[in-house]
Amino acid sequence: MSETALPSAAAPQSGRLSSWQLLMANRLAAVGLFALSAILLIAILAPILPLPDPDITDQPNRLLPPLSPGHLLGTDHLGRDILSRLIWGTQVSILVGISATAIAALIGSLIGLSAGYVGGKADNIMMRLIDMLMAFPYILLALAIVAVLGPGLLNALYAIAVVNIPFFARNIRGVTLSIRHSEFVDAARLSGKGHLAILFTEVLPNVLPVIVITMSTTVGWMILETAGLSFLGLGAQPPTSDLGSMLGQGRAQLFTAPHVSMVPGIMIFLLVMSINLLGDGIRDVLDPRLRSGALNRPMAVTTIDRAVKPEPRKANAALLEVANLETGFRSGNRVNAAVKGVSFSLNKGECLGLIGESGSGKSVTALSLLGLVASPPGVISNGAVYLDGEDVLSQPDSQIVAQRGGRVSYVFQDPLTTLHPLFSVGDQIAEAITAHQRMDGKTARAQAVELMETVGIRDAQQRASAYPHELSGGQRQRIGIAMALANDPDVIIADEPTTALDVTVQARILELLQKLRRERGLALLLITHDFGVVAQICDRVAVMKDGEIVEQGETSDVLRAPQHAYTKRLIACVPELGVGRAFLDKVRPLFSGKGAEA
Amino acid sequence: MASYIIKRLLTAIPVIIGLSIIVFLIMAMIPGDPALALLGSYATPENVARINRDLGLDRSLPEQYFIWVANLVQGDFGRSYILNRPVIDEVLERLSATLILAGVSLVLCSVFGLIAGIVSAVRQFGWTDRIVTFFVLIGISMPAFWLGLIFILVFAVQLRVLPASGMYAVYGGGDLPDLLRHLIMPAVTLAIVATGVIARLTRAAMLEVLRQDFVRTARAKGLNERTVIFKHALRAALVSIIPVIGVQAGFVLGGAVYIETVFQWPGLGAMLVQAVSTRDLLLVQGGVLVAATLYVLVNLAADVAQAMLDPRLKS
Repeated sequence: MSETALPSAAAPQSGRLSSWQLLMANRLAAVGLFALSAILLIAILAPILPLPDPDITDQPNRLLPPLSPGHLLGTDHLGRDILSRLIWGTQVSILVGISATAIAALIGSLIGLSAGYVGGKADNIMMRLIDMLMAFPYILLALAIVAVLGPGLLNALYAIAVVNIPFFARNIRGVTLSIRHSEFVDAARLSGKGHLAILFTEVLPNVLPVIVITMSTTVGWMILETAGLSFLGLGAQPPTSDLGSMLGQGRAQLFTAPHVSMVPGIMIFLLVMSINLLGDGIRDVLDPRLRSGALNRPMAVTTIDRAVKPEPRKANAALLEVANLETGFRSGNRVNAAVKGVSFSLNKGECLGLIGESGSGKSVTALSLLGLVASPPGVISNGAVYLDGEDVLSQPDSQIVAQRGGRVSYVFQDPLTTLHPLFSVGDQIAEAITAHQRMDGKTARAQAVELMETVGIRDAQQRASAYPHELSGGQRQRIGIAMALANDPDVIIADEPTTALDVTVQARILELLQKLRRERGLALLLITHDFGVVAQICDRVAVMKDGEIVEQGETSDVLRAPQHAYTKRLIACVPELGVGRAFLDKVRPLFSGKGAEA
Repeated sequence: MASYIIKRLLTAIPVIIGLSIIVFLIMAMIPGDPALALLGSYATPENVARINRDLGLDRSLPEQYFIWVANLVQGDFGRSYILNRPVIDEVLERLSATLILAGVSLVLCSVFGLIAGIVSAVRQFGWTDRIVTFFVLIGISMPAFWLGLIFILVFAVQLRVLPASGMYAVYGGGDLPDLLRHLIMPAVTLAIVATGVIARLTRAAMLEVLRQDFVRTARAKGLNERTVIFKHALRAALVSIIPVIGVQAGFVLGGAVYIETVFQWPGLGAMLVQAVSTRDLLLVQGGVLVAATLYVLVNLAADVAQAMLDPRLKS
């Protein structure tokens, strides 16, 4: 719930203004608001508009088509003016819809507030009851209530209100529960405020946005449902009529005079649509998660948009050679550079460490190599990635896809989130094999088990049918490595492979990578923020800061005589055993003055 | 899996008991004397007493409830005084028609909702996404009963390609093609709203899943985009979509009330509307109880399907 931090009702004036501006910036919501205001205005002005009496019948002029003189929208089966009936009916429908919403919101919120605030047994009982009500198909419960109370507009209103109470109760209870023990509620309690006072002065203001969201998203629905009951003849009874009963009565003349039923239908549709547009807009404004656009879909592939096309081939290149790579994130029309002209090379059997703090661009560099920068949408604007002398980025998409997990494979940071939670690990490894090699499922599965044994998983045969959540962190990372090994790659790119693991497991995973590198002649690109890891296994190291490589060289040279101040800091940050307090004294001067923000 | 299904079945029992209590209480709260309501105000005291005895209204409320449940278990839902036949006969006869209509609708809305949602998510902010979003908005704002009337006007009156109402043709009907011809319009109309809701949710669920690390892993493995979307992402998204489809079953069952009335489909919904208008309360009671139980069972099936998809839920 912490993500849905709700704007407090006591937000400064400017905050409210910006909410309004946000709402208006949403074109659809603005259209909805405009349409709804227009409909409301006409409905409210009904008594003073020059309209004929909606209930006066005029048999000789029955079923006149629209645009007849004196009857803009024609007349119904009793010769009553449809325009006038429409406007009066709209007024009734809106009133009923809003009243039903208000009743449902009031009772539902009270239930939700008290259940959430009191908690414990009372909460449990109340929520069980609410669940029970929700176990009914919504409209059928309303029907049962109308059956008991008898047909009628008020009874339909009550029925619709009652069946909507559970939605409010549930939503509001959830939020109340989450803020029941927050600091400001505790503070109010300690200051001696009574429970009721706390509920209404502390809790309610914070729950209000949720109530508003639930109201704005259900009012359209309630108008639709009351209209539905009236359409069935169970709501408004003559002479009262709402849009639903107009539609229901017009149904008898569907074949001879369709406009009698079409006109109120269009009105219901416009009314509900404008409310829904506005409601969605309000929800987006009040729910910051949606406002931030956090749900932007990552792109499937990184866009490759290079102004200068590099040579697609390069003679005498190393196994992997990255030349002047530039990658940025697209936001609107701008591209924010994340990697600025990075070059390095990696030979067969070699291990290169790419080190830097978070945000230095090292992961983006690694993902760029095979166009995997997905979120936010990435653009490679310059440079080349030579694999055995051929530029990967010049190849068509299908070929880049074929390189992934084939000649170059990845091992990612947190193996719990990087493995698919719903497939067994054996299947996931087997899938990596069959993505590149033609073979039947059984063989692939057997190979997967072999790979699991290679990476040191005991009882591999049996563990292969386990799901990621059933394995330990270390085992999961071994699965990740097994998956990377599936097609005997030449290069493994390991992006912080040990960061999410505890120290002893870290050491074992590094040992495993080292061993595989030696046995298989793998080239390893190791991305890390930890010089300790680099010192342990990397032949060479490249230090990245703000999207650029600031220093590159043999690991031992860099460790012995770091040239760049940033490198010195990174090295100093590796804690040594037994140094203790002196460590801080040693590190402090490096961080004072320029660059202290790092 | 079997033990999970049994466990889940057991949790459905209190829910169904709860449903029966609510239905019972709603009916017991009827203002006025049901016997008078049935017989009219000129009823003789003897007849009123007889009806009260027939209905068991001379006993205490809990007693009435247990007698009622005992009868239900034996398949005795009481007698419809208006139709003059056992409620259970009428309900069962109507149930099959509703099952066909609601079942087909549920399949339609699931299939089209999923497709629309996936396409919309994969082409986020593209033209397809905008079109889908627009139609979803129209779908969920549209009064279904009105849409049904429009369909009748267009396809039955103007184009004369589909029958306007009923389940079978009066003359020479009765076979499967005839049923399908009658089924198309009501099933599509009934599915529209639920399609919109499912599409919306699928889009959100897919967008959420596509940001996950394991999708990047799937791409890094060298899987093609189709496998990434339909196998890896969709499988994970389905875990949150399936319960929503279960909830939509309730909206489809409820919406059947309107659609069956509009298309004169001889199902439970149309029966309920008539029963409410004529205040045939035992028929309402029986119909609502059967429909609600059906809904509980559908949700149970949805839960089981969800657990089959997600191994983490079984433990």
